[in-house]
Amino acid sequence: MQGLDTLKARYLSAIAAAADEAALEEVRLTALGKKGEISLKMRDLGQMDPGGRQAAGALLNALKDEVDAALRARKAALGDAALNERLRSEWLDVTLPGRPRPSGTIHPVSQVMEELTAIFADMGFAVAEGPQVESDWYNFDALNMAPEHPARQDHDTFFMARGPGDNRPPHVLRTHTSPVQIRAMAAHGAPIRVIAPGRVYRMDMDQTHTPMFHQVEGLAIDREISMANLKWVLEEFCRAFFEVPSVELRFRASHFPFTEPSAEVDIRCSWEGGQLKIGQGDKWMEILGSGMVHPKVLEAAGVDPTQWQGFAFGMGIDRLAMLKYGIPDLRAFFESDLRWLRHYGFAALDMPDLAGGLSG
Amino acid sequence: MKFTLSWLRDHLETTVPLDEILTALTDLGHEVEGVENPEAALGAFRIARVIEAVPHPNADRLRLCRVETFPDGPGGRPVEVQVVCGAPNARTGLIGVFAPVGTHVPGTGVDLKPGVIRGVESNGMLCSERELMVSDDHDGIIDLPADAPLGARFIDYRGVNDPMIFVKITANRPDALGVRGLARDLAARGLGVLKPLDTPVIPGTFPCPISVTIDPALKQKGCPLFAGRLIRGVRNGASPPWMQARLKAIGLRPISALVDITNYFTFGLNRPLHVFDAAKVKGNLLVHPAKGGETLLALDGKSYTMQPGMMLISDDEQPESLAGIMGGELSGCTPDTTDVFLESAYWDPISIAATGRALKIVSDARYRFERGIDPAFTLPGLELATRMILDLCGGEPSVIALDGAVPDTARSYRLDPARVTRLVGMDIPEAEQRRTLAALGFTLTGDQASPPSWRPDVLGEADLVEEVARIASLTKLAGRPLPRALPGVPRPILTPLQTRERAARRTMASLGYNECVTYSFIDGKTAALFGGGTEALRIENPISSEMTHLRPDLLPGLLQAAARNQARGFGDLALFEIGPVFHGGEPEEQGLLAAGILVGAAAPRDPFGSRRSVDLYDAKADAEAVLAALGAPAKVQINRTAPAWWHPGRSGVIGLGPNVLATFGEVHPAILKALDVKGPVMAFTLRIAAVPLPKVKSPTRPALKLSDLQAVERDFAFVVDARVEALTLVNAVQGADKALIDSVRVFDQFSGEKAEAQMGAGKKSIALSVRLQPVEKTLTEPEIEAVSARIVEKVMKATGGTLRR
Repeated sequence: MQGLDTLKARYLSAIAAAADEAALEEVRLTALGKKGEISLKMRDLGQMDPGGRQAAGALLNALKDEVDAALRARKAALGDAALNERLRSEWLDVTLPGRPRPSGTIHPVSQVMEELTAIFADMGFAVAEGPQVESDWYNFDALNMAPEHPARQDHDTFFMARGPGDNRPPHVLRTHTSPVQIRAMAAHGAPIRVIAPGRVYRMDMDQTHTPMFHQVEGLAIDREISMANLKWVLEEFCRAFFEVPSVELRFRASHFPFTEPSAEVDIRCSWEGGQLKIGQGDKWMEILGSGMVHPKVLEAAGVDPTQWQGFAFGMGIDRLAMLKYGIPDLRAFFESDLRWLRHYGFAALDMPDLAGGLSG
Repeated sequence: MKFTLSWLRDHLETTVPLDEILTALTDLGHEVEGVENPEAALGAFRIARVIEAVPHPNADRLRLCRVETFPDGPGGRPVEVQVVCGAPNARTGLIGVFAPVGTHVPGTGVDLKPGVIRGVESNGMLCSERELMVSDDHDGIIDLPADAPLGARFIDYRGVNDPMIFVKITANRPDALGVRGLARDLAARGLGVLKPLDTPVIPGTFPCPISVTIDPALKQKGCPLFAGRLIRGVRNGASPPWMQARLKAIGLRPISALVDITNYFTFGLNRPLHVFDAAKVKGNLLVHPAKGGETLLALDGKSYTMQPGMMLISDDEQPESLAGIMGGELSGCTPDTTDVFLESAYWDPISIAATGRALKIVSDARYRFERGIDPAFTLPGLELATRMILDLCGGEPSVIALDGAVPDTARSYRLDPARVTRLVGMDIPEAEQRRTLAALGFTLTGDQASPPSWRPDVLGEADLVEEVARIASLTKLAGRPLPRALPGVPRPILTPLQTRERAARRTMASLGYNECVTYSFIDGKTAALFGGGTEALRIENPISSEMTHLRPDLLPGLLQAAARNQARGFGDLALFEIGPVFHGGEPEEQGLLAAGILVGAAAPRDPFGSRRSVDLYDAKADAEAVLAALGAPAKVQINRTAPAWWHPGRSGVIGLGPNVLATFGEVHPAILKALDVKGPVMAFTLRIAAVPLPKVKSPTRPALKLSDLQAVERDFAFVVDARVEALTLVNAVQGADKALIDSVRVFDQFSGEKAEAQMGAGKKSIALSVRLQPVEKTLTEPEIEAVSARIVEKVMKATGGTLRR
């Protein structure tokens, strides 16, 4: 087999000289195509004697492999060059904005309700609900507020119109979430642990009041639940809700017709430069009302007050949201100003849970 | 309730500083809402002497004073200060009131700084009464008698150092509407000793010429006891300065000695009284229910017309007083009054509250009687007031005229010392519990505690617990963990409906909607546009004309929100709300709705030209996405029966049989016009509770069945009448071979003028992609042809359409 080295040198230089894929293919066909020079030489091996065939075969195969590898390498190089050429021409302005995606928001009231639920669910409280048009009996009488009770006047109640001939006391827009206590106890009996968040209504509209706002009621009834348990539950709630290492609460004697003893609850805080800090400082801020459920209220709900006792509390959800998230104006909650909704709203996937921290 | 510290000290022997009293009041349940302490404002002003006053070298009207001041108080070291003073009465030897540099002068609002006036240093100020805000006198600086104690604080010298305290009294504590009641609470807390109140018995020197009678209809309830007496020969001048000072401090205007005394008793001892000018009373007094229609000119200068049953005090001729609420102007006392009839009665709280509310009269007497004052103090109060009138106005008292008797309020409850621990969680020794109750006026006999007559709020054992805990101080209560109701990992607590409400909310936010919370009440006219505005949904006493009716739907609130945002320049909106709607005025006539509206473009303008206006199919897709998130079945019906506030041709209802799940489409243009919204507006409303709950509760999924056989897709285009609905075609195709046809999808619609030009007037084309999934063996071409033929036949039969060639 003379001349293989020459052959090799010729093809390798032809491969190196191929300027594009077409030229390279031509070289391949000339060398390794069906009728290519190297292929024909391989075919000729059949006519050789076995000894010569073995030696020549090995050499030819090596030549074929070498040319093939060179072809492939050259092809890859040409491909790379072509790609680089294309990439040089392809350019986009990466500072253009991305395609718009919709981004909605959750209202702070909804978000805070879910936060409350997460905390109280962990302490075994279910979520109870009740109607917002409420009978006089559920809103007042059952809560130990007889028709002439002076506390009724403090409620600035909205009344529903009564048709002629309908002599029942007018229904009211519930002035607090407390009637849900009665409904929940009447439906489920004791023991019971529920919170009842929702809309409430009072005839009051000024800088700091809106005729509709949100409250959450809490109720826990069992054999031995005491006011000390109430304090602990509220401490735990405030610590978890405000996401601070510790809180300090102060109970102050007060009066609600539906609890006895009753206490207003203050939380230790500071106001510095308009910034509220919960859990530190030398100020006290009233945040909720609470107490031990009045025996008459238990009776009204069909729960035996000689067997069962427990606590109830109520606080403003909007106010909690304002305090926690620094929202200045209550009225804006209900104005649906898109700028406000976007600024104070929460992303769809900001779902409060205790494992990750309520506000993430 | 307002009072002053000195007034409190009339009843409470105490050395406790003011701050401690304030803290205790709040802690005891009488929240301190404000304190006006003259010491804070005027404590720095002390009495000083002008050693010498000479003319200012550079100003004619000013004088240069050398003032001897005593910053350490009387007897302290004197300090000479130079002051430039413009007062005409500044003179050598004047004893005046000096404010040093650094003092805030309340009358001018200025903080005194060292100054140079016309080239002369001035370090402080000699003050006028107006500058101290003790009077309007500004004719000159204060000029005190020569014996005024140098260095003493002016407020002490003038006796105006009496802090005013303003506390909020809860509705259950009428007794605390008198200074003495507060003193009693403070004494029980250990902040001093309640001073005894000695009630004199003043014998009458002549029979009472005015008799009193209670109508039998009122004796049982409305007015159990009415007492009074005539005091003749009084001089009704001004009340003494100390009384005027106290009344002024709590915001009352002194009128005359007799009137001031009644006010003084109202606030001091919680014993409202009334004084009639006996000369103007004709005959005798009768307490009776009004017939209705009587009018009375009351002391507030307004005339009130009685409703039947309201309690009146009348003489032989006419009503003279609205019982327990306000006296009549005609029989009121004046400076000329010489004979006074002093009334002390006990009125039923409920009757007073009802009358006061009906007539909308607010008075200190009503406020107290409707909460319940001490019935046993009716006569002692009368005696004490008689004493004061005799002392301040002179005169001669008659025998007491009286009808009725002190109502029996005696009752007792078991004091179970363990109950305090059990209910409150505080350990208070039994002896301390008993001491507390005794200090509050309870009578203890064995284990029974009987509340005093001034505590109508104590009505059970729980009230005893409250009193003990309150006096012991709830501030001291330490929290105690509430054990879990069930051990271990907390159980889920939300109901399926609650879970769905959350899912709907989060889904809508993720679809790009901003959640709103709008008012539950809207104006009646708007409500009527959405099927509401009925009498049953009307609020009797709305707070504004915009909030007269409960909303029947969420759309009006969202549309109004859209209008407001459009007015602010925001045209592209996606708003949603989940909340209550009302279809009647009964508690059970409330439903939960979710609603979303889309206005303007689907996205802001962008460089890719993808901006387009929102359309019905956006709203439909969103409604379907929310339904899917709630687990609604995929197979639903769609009909065109949306209510009148939707566009009649561009709205649909998604339902399951008669059960409406959602309504979607374009809001009726007339509605938008009425609400001033620039449209069109796409919307959907969704009834969360109408979505059926899944029948299977297990979290396990059905097994996934995958076929290895090749699926075949075939496209068909049909020419149909323009108003044939796509769903009719889809259903027809599906009916062609239920086993083989895996899915049918509309992928094109060709309609409008160009389509009609090609296919004929009133025609359109709908193209469907049908996926065939064999389960047993791969389909052959003849089999596919056979199915295709059936599909075409079914569609033709259902719609009259033809295959487009």
